[in-house]
Amino acid sequence: MARLTIEDLKRIKEEYKSTLTLREGGSRAKVTVHMGTCGIAAGARKVMEALLDEIKKSEVKDVIVTTSGCAGLCSKEPMATVEIINEAPVKYVQLNEEKIRKIFQEHVLNGKIVEGFALVMGSETAY
Amino acid sequence: MEDISLHILDVVENSVDAGARRIEILLAEDASADLLLLEIKDDGKGMDEETIRLVTDPFFTTKTVRRIGLGLPFLKQAAEECSGGFSISSEKGRGTTVSASFKRSHIDRKPLGDVGATMMVLIAGNPDIDFLFHYRRDDYDYKLDTREIRDELDGVPMNSPEVLKALRKDIDKGLGAEENQMEETHG
Ligand SMILES: Nc1ncnc2c1ncn2[C@@H]1O[C@H](COP(=O)(O)OP(=O)(O)OP(=O)(O)O)[C@@H](O)[C@H]1O
Ligand SMILES: [Mg+2]
Repeated sequence: MARLTIEDLKRIKEEYKSTLTLREGGSRAKVTVHMGTCGIAAGARKVMEALLDEIKKSEVKDVIVTTSGCAGLCSKEPMATVEIINEAPVKYVQLNEEKIRKIFQEHVLNGKIVEGFALVMGSETAY
Repeated sequence: MEDISLHILDVVENSVDAGARRIEILLAEDASADLLLLEIKDDGKGMDEETIRLVTDPFFTTKTVRRIGLGLPFLKQAAEECSGGFSISSEKGRGTTVSASFKRSHIDRKPLGDVGATMMVLIAGNPDIDFLFHYRRDDYDYKLDTREIRDELDGVPMNSPEVLKALRKDIDKGLGAEENQMEETHG
């Protein structure tokens, strides 16, 4: 049996409810980390962990993180796609923990695409 | 893949892709039998005979047939490299079970790695899927069922940072509980 006690879960419920008003209005951004075999072998889990850590630290409530399968560009893994509401998705390639943290700060939080790490725009449809 | 926790992540992602709603992961260490067993069971769309045959064909002969993917052949190879075994049982429309066993003391047996990180990433990325994580080490038994936790949390999403943090802590504790015994049996 899990060691998480009913008290722990109650506390989490309280904490969550106390910040609930901040979460209204749906999500503003979605980040998808590619978790196919090539991505995982190249370090996608660490990228995802760093991203979750950034979200926790920044206390943003309107960013969704999810995973997807192989994007077909195995040599450019780890990859992630950032989608800001009403904007075209941007694919980032050859990521590591440091790069995804920068992308989170600059693109997800401040709306500025990190050109240096992005896959050339428009080429998403090429494969 | 560097370690077994990354194989788990990879194989469970297959279950996610197959539309599973519940995924059960068993990791069992048996010192007396010198065995490490990994079993991943899902209720996803399953595979037909042909697909099973293709994914379990030896790695190097896949050149002659259409290679589907790398995830399962990698796990099979990792198991066979340390006198273990690999099998898939699947039924179309019902689900799939992937099993791999390893000779625990084998020099080439990959380390477990960060299983807590794998579980956290899986739950964070798929908050609506039920995960059962079951870890056994000889007589020691640890289970975490996100279904039960979800029911208790009524409405708090599984991927909220508070929940993820608590789950991570719980799993790490669950895995490390018998640390001292682990050292002993390794020697
Ligand atoms: N749990 C599952 N349920 C249903 N089908 C599965 C499952 N696991 C694997 N498959 C099928 O077997 C194929 C091969 O899986 P494998 O993990 O080896 O490669 P892949 O997922 O296609 O690509 P990758 O190299 O990124 O892992 C999958 O494409 C899928 O069709
Ligand atoms: Mg796969």
